[in-house]
Amino acid sequence: MSLAEAEPTHGYLASHFETLEQQHQSAALGMWTFLATEVMFFGGLFLGFSVYRFVDPEPFAIASRHLNVTLGTINTFVLLTSSLTMALVVRAGQTGDRKAQVRNLLLTMALATLFLGIKAREYYEEFEHHLAPGASFSTAALHLPEDAPESLGQQAQLFFVFYFFMTGLHGFHMLIGIAVMAVLVVKAQRGQYTAEHYTQLEMTGLYWHFVDLVWVFLFPLLYLVELHT
Amino acid sequence: MSDTITTPETEHGSHHILPKSSYYVVYAALMVLLVATVGFAYIDLGRVNFLVTMLIAISKALMIAMIFMHVRYSERLVWLFASAAFLWLVIMFAFTLADYFTRGSLNILGK
Amino acid sequence: MSAQGAEPQPNYLTAGQSVRSWLLTIDHKRIGLLYMVSITLFFFLGGAAATLVRLELMTPKGDVVQPETYNKLFTAHGVIMVFFFLIPSIPAVLGNFLVPLMIGARDLAFPKLNLASWYVFMIGGVFTLWAVLTGGVDTGWTFYTPYSSMFSNTSVMSAALGVFIVGFSSILTGLNFIVTIHKMRAPGMTWLRLPLFIWAMYATSLIMILGTPVLAVTVALVGLERFFGFGIFDPKLGGDPILFQHLFWFYSHPAVYIMLLPSFGVINEIVPCFTKRPVFGYRTMATAMMAIAALGFLVWGHHMFVSGQSMYGGLIFSFLSFFVAIPSAVKVFNWTATLYKGTVSGTTPMLYALGFIGLFTIGGLTGLMLASLAIDVHVHDTYFVVAHFHYIMVGGAVMGYLGGIHFWWPKITGRMYPEIWGKLAALTIFIGFNLTFFPQFILGYLGMPRRYYEYDAEYQVLNVMSTAGASILAVGFLLPLVYLILSLWMGKEAGPNPWGAKGLEWEIPSPPTVHNFDEPPVAPERPYDYPLKEQDREPS
Repeated sequence: MSLAEAEPTHGYLASHFETLEQQHQSAALGMWTFLATEVMFFGGLFLGFSVYRFVDPEPFAIASRHLNVTLGTINTFVLLTSSLTMALVVRAGQTGDRKAQVRNLLLTMALATLFLGIKAREYYEEFEHHLAPGASFSTAALHLPEDAPESLGQQAQLFFVFYFFMTGLHGFHMLIGIAVMAVLVVKAQRGQYTAEHYTQLEMTGLYWHFVDLVWVFLFPLLYLVELHT
Repeated sequence: MSDTITTPETEHGSHHILPKSSYYVVYAALMVLLVATVGFAYIDLGRVNFLVTMLIAISKALMIAMIFMHVRYSERLVWLFASAAFLWLVIMFAFTLADYFTRGSLNILGK
Repeated sequence: MSAQGAEPQPNYLTAGQSVRSWLLTIDHKRIGLLYMVSITLFFFLGGAAATLVRLELMTPKGDVVQPETYNKLFTAHGVIMVFFFLIPSIPAVLGNFLVPLMIGARDLAFPKLNLASWYVFMIGGVFTLWAVLTGGVDTGWTFYTPYSSMFSNTSVMSAALGVFIVGFSSILTGLNFIVTIHKMRAPGMTWLRLPLFIWAMYATSLIMILGTPVLAVTVALVGLERFFGFGIFDPKLGGDPILFQHLFWFYSHPAVYIMLLPSFGVINEIVPCFTKRPVFGYRTMATAMMAIAALGFLVWGHHMFVSGQSMYGGLIFSFLSFFVAIPSAVKVFNWTATLYKGTVSGTTPMLYALGFIGLFTIGGLTGLMLASLAIDVHVHDTYFVVAHFHYIMVGGAVMGYLGGIHFWWPKITGRMYPEIWGKLAALTIFIGFNLTFFPQFILGYLGMPRRYYEYDAEYQVLNVMSTAGASILAVGFLLPLVYLILSLWMGKEAGPNPWGAKGLEWEIPSPPTVHNFDEPPVAPERPYDYPLKEQDREPS
């Protein structure tokens, strides 16, 4: 005789679990474990960036100053706001408020899309100034001093390699988040999330807040390097 | 006591519904810190700049984790997992940077 | 329980016989078997590469293959054996099969993710095999930059992609195990009543979760540098090749514990069963495995002593490497204490376990030698290192895997393997293995470098011994392939508990039903509840 017979599960209980609570806790722990892998995944890139920044700060400082701090700041504001709306999605799941779930999911998606749009704009500007690493990279836009050694320009390019890879990877994670939210919106609109069953909203929330967390560290490390000098 | 049997605390904790104001307060704090971190970047404090920037980022991260991600109201295991991930990142950083920061420290040629 | 004239109950093997039911299964037991078939194929592929390597090394001159081919052979051997055999082996085969059974659950926490992990594994395998087929890779399994990212003219991208993908298979397995062990233990199954195999799976999973993502991002950076020409690890462009090594070994050292800890788990199940005694020092054994998992992350720089890493860093890594040997040694002492005054039966699994204990000790002690900075300067990149890690990986991990396969074969298949052949194969492997790799310690000490297709004439005798040993080892590995498969039709039918072992998995039929337990299982009060007094023990 299983505990599953003691509470109504409305068909949400998978056959290998005993209770809805066990299932819910497993989902949460699974998501946190996955986030731990993401911390180490991004962490490797943060480490590479940090090593180069500390071993030779000057080229990275020069390169960083050519990022668009205004757009970066706006984007940070946008992403933090999307974190708020996502938190409200989860809360609406807890209260079983269908309309608030849909509204806040759509808001989060809109803000996320805005973020990606602004990021795309930044990328476009950087490409235009030949700051994208690769064949078209040129140190002209960096306004290096006349007597700068060639290595300075090369190391500045390294900054942009990390910039594009890290923000690109971050943006990729955001795209996945938007796609997942699109699915959730449809399900939420159909009333599939109630106070007893909103795990998918909660797990997506955890993922989204993590994406926000990465940006909280990316932004100052990439954009705010040595702005004062 | 095994943690396969849910205790009343965890049942309650995982469904702890925060008032909306909690989220708005955190949001306001995050906004303030965002302005602060950008502002500080333009003031020359030398090596302190980096420290301040990191402290602000960590504060924001803690608020997002604790309140938005409900870590504060979650079971201890979640705390453990969140902390462990961060700790492992620190380990990777500390030991790698220990190499880079100490090259030449022992005055042995080539080391 | 076997049929008693009535229609036999469907078990997990017979419930659903179509190809579709196997390829779309979410039953952890079937997924374990899917992995078993896959990794066996990869094992023999990696072994074929090693055969050619050993053939080349029979003579001092390079006369069997071209030097570039030789490089591709040892690379293929390393990549395939590490990523497609050793890392998945025990966790993906025995872990998948046994974890739910041992804790009293109906399946893992995320059965569909489990199936996904096998498909991800296979896709990674396809990319890597593609690399082998399109000319191979010659960088060594360690992909060091700048050679791999800038100068090698071989299929590095494809292999790197294969390794990147297969890492996610590892991550999914580890994630599943961690959540399952936390949340799905049967009532009464507290942490300190868990079989030590579960502790081993848990510790292994922690490493998989925390280490593999770093490998993934490292391999991605190499791919970026190779594809776009960015100078991430190129000194001319401001990069540092040693950064690659830091990132690579941050995963790859703990990876060796991914390969080894599961074997500890298997040995911890086999030894008490065939000495009819509880494990000596259960808590210490569990703590030791967790300590190895944690400490294993702090020692990676011992692969980089002569790379240009700071001397100070080298000192720290050397000291910590000595430290990490302590929990391993404690385990060896505890196994010995378990054996003392036990009623030892020399069954095939026990032969593998005993072999493991001895060979792992040799491998571990030589690891300590390598952890000593001064010795490492002398033997780095020689056959001493090759011998060391083969003692651990083959003498340790592979023997643990084979011991486990034999031990749980009756449970998995419902059949016994032929014991005579089992013992013969174990002995053949033991002899072949030592003949292959012990001479390599001497070769390395005498100065023969690794990854060379030719060598000075003075090294030939030892190399011939090594190749002779390899041919015996090959026979030893082929024997189980044959008799285990034959046992599926010709083996004696096994009951639920042919060994008289303790553990929840032995209380259910062989093979198990689809849902494992017909009634909710009752956790034993003590793990390894074998009688303590000699006179109470029955020989198995």
